[in-house]
Amino acid sequence: MIKVLHPGIYNTIQDQGRFGFAKLGVPLAGAIDAYAAEFGKAIVGGKTTDAVIEITFGQGKFQFMETTIFCLTGGDFSPTLDGDPIGMNRLYNAEATAVLSFGKRNYGAITYLAVQGGVQTDRVLKSRSFSKGITRERLEKGDELEILKQEEYTETKYARIRMPVEHFNSAELPCFPGPEFDQLNEKQKLRLFEPFTLSADQNRVGYRLNEPIENNLDHILTSSVLPGTVQLTPSGTLIVLMNDCQVSGGYPRVLQLSEYATSRLSQKVAGDKVQFTR
Amino acid sequence: MSKYKPTYKPFGESTILMEWPSKIEETIIRDIVAFEKSVDKSRGIVDTVITYNALTIRYDCEIDFEVEVAELRDRYKVKKKREDQASKCWQIPVCYDLDFGIDLDEIASAKELTVDEVIQFHSAPDYLIYFIGFQPGFLYLGGLNEKIHVPRKAIPRLRVAKGSVGIGGSQTGVYPNDSAGGWNILGRSPIDFFDISKPQPCFASAGDRIKFRPIDKDSYHQIMEEEQDGNFMLKSQAI
Repeated sequence: MIKVLHPGIYNTIQDQGRFGFAKLGVPLAGAIDAYAAEFGKAIVGGKTTDAVIEITFGQGKFQFMETTIFCLTGGDFSPTLDGDPIGMNRLYNAEATAVLSFGKRNYGAITYLAVQGGVQTDRVLKSRSFSKGITRERLEKGDELEILKQEEYTETKYARIRMPVEHFNSAELPCFPGPEFDQLNEKQKLRLFEPFTLSADQNRVGYRLNEPIENNLDHILTSSVLPGTVQLTPSGTLIVLMNDCQVSGGYPRVLQLSEYATSRLSQKVAGDKVQFTR
Repeated sequence: MSKYKPTYKPFGESTILMEWPSKIEETIIRDIVAFEKSVDKSRGIVDTVITYNALTIRYDCEIDFEVEVAELRDRYKVKKKREDQASKCWQIPVCYDLDFGIDLDEIASAKELTVDEVIQFHSAPDYLIYFIGFQPGFLYLGGLNEKIHVPRKAIPRLRVAKGSVGIGGSQTGVYPNDSAGGWNILGRSPIDFFDISKPQPCFASAGDRIKFRPIDKDSYHQIMEEEQDGNFMLKSQAI
C-alpha cells in the first residue's frame, strides 16, 4: 500500500484512458505525458494497461507501507527517499515506511510514480484514470492506494535508461492540419508555425498560448475534439486541448498535435516557448 | 440511395473525421447514426463520436488513412441493412413545480403566457437527440417550440442542480450533474442521465427521441427513490 502524506496541488491516478465511452460524452483522460508514463511502466516491468500516479509540479509526499519496487519518470523535482537523493528513470526497492518526497525543480512539470504491478484503485467504466464527474477528482491526504504483492527485486534490462533530452528541452510540437486549417488565410497559416509562449492557464483540460492571432473564422457547428486539438478561440488565442477535454466543441480546430507532441507539451511551464511543426 | 456524400479528413494520426453538410437536420443525424451502427468496430476502432454533422472514428493505433477511408467508403455505399434501424422514444418524467422550475414565472411573463402554457409547450413535442456531449450524459436536443425560445440568462448560475430541465435560445436539455449553467430552468427530472454503475451509463443514444412527461412533486420523490434503489423502469416506445 502507498499512503498519501501530502496531496500536492493536483495528483491523480492515470492509466491509458477511458476508451469506448466518448459517444456518451465521457472524456478520454489518461496520463497527460503518456510517453513518460509508459517509460516508467517498462522500467518496473509492468503492463501498458497498468495505472501510475501522476504528480504535478513535484508537489506531494508518499509513504510506502510495504516493500515496494518503483521508479520515477517525467519531470525531475529532486526526489528523495527518506531524505536521500534518488535518480529519475531508475528502479528502486523502497523499504516499508520509506517516504518519497520532492524538492527543487530541475526540469519538466509532470512526474510519474510507477510501481511494480501498478496501482490497484477501482476501475470505473473500464479505466482507473481519475476524471472529474466520472471518478473522484484528485488524490487527497490520507488516501491509501493498494498495490500488488511485490516480487523479488531484480534489475531489469530497462533498469537504467534515459529519456531523450528533447522530450524536455525541445520547443517543437509536431502536428497535422486540423479540420478547419484550410479556412485560415496564408498569413494566419504562416503565423501558426512561428513561436508561441505558454500562458499560466494550463491544466489537464487544456493549455492556453499567450499570443493571439488574427481570427476571422466563425464558430463551427459543434463537432468533436480530441486531446491535442488546437482550437482558435473568438479572442484569437489558441488553446491546445489535453486529456481531460470534453468530447465536442464549437471553436475552429486549426491544428492537431501528434499523439507524442501532447506528451512533450505536458512537460512545459508558463513562459516556455513552443513551436508547431509539420 | 443516400443523398449525402460525406467527406473524409484525417484528424491526427489515428482518427478519421467524416463530415456531412454543415446543418442541423434530422435526416443528416439519422444517416450518421445508421452508418455508425454499421461501422466494423473490429478494425481497431476504440471510440466513435457523433455530432450534428460529423462522425469521428478513433482507432487504437496509427492508421493507413487511405486504406481505412476506402473501407468506410465501401461500407457507406451498402445502404440496405441500415434503413430499418429502430430508435426509441424515452418518456422522461419532469416535475414542473415552481420549487424546481425556478424560472417558470419569469419566462411566462416574458412570453405573455401562463405557466401552464409554458409547461404545455415544453412537454408536448418529441425531441430528437442529436448527440451526447458537453458533459457525460448531456443530450443535445432539437425541436423546441418557437413560442418558448428565450435568451440564456445574462449571468449564468454557479450551480444548477442535477436533473434540472432548462431552455436557452432554441435549445432545451437536462443537466446530468450539478454544474454551472446559463439556461432558464423549467423543472427537474428524477432520472439519472449518467450512472457509472450501469454497464451502459446513459440509456439514450443519438437518434433516439425523448418526451417530457409532467409529474407532481409526490411522484418526483417516489421515482427518485425508485431510481436510487435501481427499481425504476424508464418507459420507451420503439419509433
